[in-house]
Amino acid sequence: MSAVDTVRRVLDTHAKLKTSAAALTEDDDLYAAGMTSHASVNVMLAVEDAFDIEFPDELLTKTTFCSIRSISSAVEGLLEAAA
Amino acid sequence: MRMPTTITATKDARPLAERVAHVADIAARYAGEVDAAARFPAEAVDAMRTTGLLGASLPTALGGEGLTLGELGSIAAKLGAACSSTGMVFAMHHSQVLSLSRHLGGSASLAILAGRIASEQLLLASATTELGIGGDVRSSSCFVDLEGDRVRLIKNAPVISYGSEADLVLVTARRNADSAPSDQVLVVCDAANLTLEATGGWDTLGLRGTASMGYKLNALVSADRVIPEAYEAISAETMLPVCHVLWASVWLGMARALVETSRQYVRSAARRSIGSVPPGATKLVDLIAELERFEALVDGLTARTESLFDDRDALGGIGYQVSINNLKVTASELVAQVAVAALAITGISGYRNDGQYSVARIFRDAQGAALMVHNDRIIANTARLILVQKG
Repeated sequence: MSAVDTVRRVLDTHAKLKTSAAALTEDDDLYAAGMTSHASVNVMLAVEDAFDIEFPDELLTKTTFCSIRSISSAVEGLLEAAA
Repeated sequence: MRMPTTITATKDARPLAERVAHVADIAARYAGEVDAAARFPAEAVDAMRTTGLLGASLPTALGGEGLTLGELGSIAAKLGAACSSTGMVFAMHHSQVLSLSRHLGGSASLAILAGRIASEQLLLASATTELGIGGDVRSSSCFVDLEGDRVRLIKNAPVISYGSEADLVLVTARRNADSAPSDQVLVVCDAANLTLEATGGWDTLGLRGTASMGYKLNALVSADRVIPEAYEAISAETMLPVCHVLWASVWLGMARALVETSRQYVRSAARRSIGSVPPGATKLVDLIAELERFEALVDGLTARTESLFDDRDALGGIGYQVSINNLKVTASELVAQVAVAALAITGISGYRNDGQYSVARIFRDAQGAALMVHNDRIIANTARLILVQKG
């Protein structure tokens, strides 16, 4: 399963989106799709759990969690740094 | 006098922050082992040597880097976060370096000696306490005994932290055999010119790496190793301010490490129960607020000391002395409180000696802060000061 697929699965469980994450493109704005900032915290925790990573403070911004692509690329960056 | 030795260490050209990070990495790597074996953090202190950190507080004219007290405090905090004992050794060493370098009194031989701290990366220790004087470091029983052009010094010291590892030991003593107990001088003794007979070990609850053992010290040094200025002035203008600022900085670093472990623990608990705020999170809010008060306290007194550092009258003034004494007392209480709170947050994971959420070692280290120069003694000294303080 690619990072993008895992992120979509996390979003379906925790982001409280108005649609299924499968219906969104990688660049669609998740906040526009219904994710509240409260839900984004749960998304952040679930993404950390799914990939066994921890976001450093500098990545804990609204932009990191604004799209499937931004989340996936942040995850990939952290996985590469850990490798 | 020992002949200057050839300097083999090449100067580490990396920026200060990189050198400090390197030493902190090594300190962290060996912190558990240092604690378990109650041994001197030799690897971290060797790293200070090879990165030039032992001379960093000296002015550039003496071959140092002229670091400010704030810069030294920031390093002390980083090392303290990695290994409490390493941080304390750094703090104690530089308080001794500055006690020498700021009080050379125009002596050429003391200036040359101070320069050797940088060029040879010498480690300095201090022998201020003495058996039989009730723990008051501003009082001595031993005295400087003139033997021709040299002086003999015999002192029964209940504590000389890392004494047997030091290249130079700064020893307090009465000025001569007839001097009053409080008429003290500071004598700089080369390891080569002194013998240390261990009188006790160092097997303690925490800060186990400072190797603060008791010794019978017997030194025979050149008479020009007696710093001419009274120890009373050295103590008030340098030793106390620098010790208290750098100790408080080490404790702040320990507190930061405790808060970081607590934060990681709460985050991991949150990942296990997504959607609900774990119980530790509200405690963590309080803990972070306490850390912020701690940061503000240390920052404030560091800045105030820096601004007064060349104003000897102000440093010796009662207002400042009260504040710098209170810094030691309050900071030592805060680090112990932060440790208790961190343990409450991390629970049994923090209580364990192993595992990524253990706070056990720093918890034990933190309890020592109030006891090393006991807060009760400092508060009693401060109480005497405020009796004569004018509004």
